[in-house]
Amino acid sequence: MALKQLSVFLENREGRLEDLFQVFEANNIEIHSFSLAESSEYGILRLIVSNPEIAKEELRAVDFSASLTDVVAVRLPGGFDSLKSVTDAVTSEYNIEYMYVLSTEKDKQAIVFKIKNVEEVEKSLEEKGFTLIH
Amino acid sequence: MEIWNEAKECMSRDQMTQLQSARLKKVVSNVYHNVKFYRQKMQEMGLEPGDIKGIEDLNKLPFTTKADLRDNYPFGLFAVPKTEIVRIHASSGTTGKPTVVGYTRKDLDTWSECVARCLTMAGLGKDDIIQVAYGYGLFTGGLGAHYGVENLGATVVPMSTGNTKKLINMMIDFEVTGLMCTPSYLMHIAEVIEEMGVKDQIKLKSTINGAEPWTEAMRVQIEERLNIKAFDIYGLSELMGPGVANDCEFHKGMHIFEDYFLPEIIDPNSKDTLADDVTGELVLTNLNKEGMPLLRYRTRDLTSISHDVCDCGRTTARLSRFKGRSDDMLIIRGVNVFPSQIETALLSLDETTPNYQIIVDRVGSLDNLTVKVEVDEKFFSDEIRELEKLEKKIAYAIQQMIGLATKVKLVEPRSIERSEGKAKRVIDNRKFD
Repeated sequence: MALKQLSVFLENREGRLEDLFQVFEANNIEIHSFSLAESSEYGILRLIVSNPEIAKEELRAVDFSASLTDVVAVRLPGGFDSLKSVTDAVTSEYNIEYMYVLSTEKDKQAIVFKIKNVEEVEKSLEEKGFTLIH
Repeated sequence: MEIWNEAKECMSRDQMTQLQSARLKKVVSNVYHNVKFYRQKMQEMGLEPGDIKGIEDLNKLPFTTKADLRDNYPFGLFAVPKTEIVRIHASSGTTGKPTVVGYTRKDLDTWSECVARCLTMAGLGKDDIIQVAYGYGLFTGGLGAHYGVENLGATVVPMSTGNTKKLINMMIDFEVTGLMCTPSYLMHIAEVIEEMGVKDQIKLKSTINGAEPWTEAMRVQIEERLNIKAFDIYGLSELMGPGVANDCEFHKGMHIFEDYFLPEIIDPNSKDTLADDVTGELVLTNLNKEGMPLLRYRTRDLTSISHDVCDCGRTTARLSRFKGRSDDMLIIRGVNVFPSQIETALLSLDETTPNYQIIVDRVGSLDNLTVKVEVDEKFFSDEIRELEKLEKKIAYAIQQMIGLATKVKLVEPRSIERSEGKAKRVIDNRKFD
């Protein structure tokens, strides 16, 4: 089962990030990691949080565009130096749409990426001995 | 200042009334016998051509609306066989279907006569070199102005719209003295002239500007900025095109060519005729058109009418500066845009209409159209690439519908201003008073 990433559309408007974090605080949602993609007019905040379903509902209730996206989260056995082994394992078949860091903690380094056909990729990674995070 | 056609433009009121009455009787009889739409309408009202004895009977006649033109698309309102039609023009309609007008050779002559009158009012004559910077094509602006300049005997430079620097370089090289374009394009030209630092090389005397609303303050400002005389022109394709009315050097309203266009001002709600100097909707009747004469066409343009004799010597009635529209049509860079067209374009994307808002701004001197679209769950993607694709798709659909480049701005759900729960569809930030 894939990891659920929370994706939120954010206009480049003052105070919007603040509003968002307020929703998290009020609902005791912890952020494990995030990445912000931006264009000149808006951004998309992608987050790995403790309770994505609730976060999504609570954000929608206050007029944020939020959705859940299936992503692959995988540990890097040899730290970030072993990134290549992950990309080698998946990119021969599919393109990674985007990628960011989930954890930098020593011996627990991990990344998150979006790719088509998540289940297949997860299976193939597991077969190759990678540890997935769900 | 010269007057192009003194016999027609300086008639006594009695003579004008006689001429108008004779022409009205003729046109009513013509459309009754040759246009099914009018015959049916008149029969429903129990009206026969003989009931119209003169312009005093005008308000017995049925109105014509833009919807009637659409319903009779394409040639249903033509009063002559198609073989007599020598040109077609078309303007955008609310549902994507254009409204079509047809002209006989005589109609084109009339049109050129009207434009020549306008040019003469602006102090231009056969010695002048005049650039026409309206769009050439289905839009009446370019070709209408073009043949008017030729009729005047002046030299026409058919620029169309687009390359402003080229226009300015030719303006200098050809020693151009007259220019016809939209007011906002004139402002843009002025800016580019200043940027290029060539103001002292310009020989421009007069400009005639119309096809979109502008203010008296804008007109005066552009006169000072370019050291020219700027004149306001009015027209609409349904009746003919540019050249229905034009202001003279006294700028006290636009002289309407009453021998061709019979004006009335009505209350848009009660449809009662209003007195002189009272603002209402302009209604026009074609008095001398062959191809597609219209009776009491509701222009939706708000103005008032004055019959005082002007200091220039012309006796024709004058229309005051336009005060807006009685419907929701926007005029952007000379193009008629209805919010419903944009809605239709959005609907074509996915059968679900996103929440949207149209914003018209005058940035510098050019009108810009921005369409804000709320990104709700139906349209949201977590990839910028996908959202950019969506923006492009929306912009393309809108451009296909209205013919204007549009900036699409994605915004958060429910961020579009609402009044009484309903989204405000149009924000027009341009100032027209």
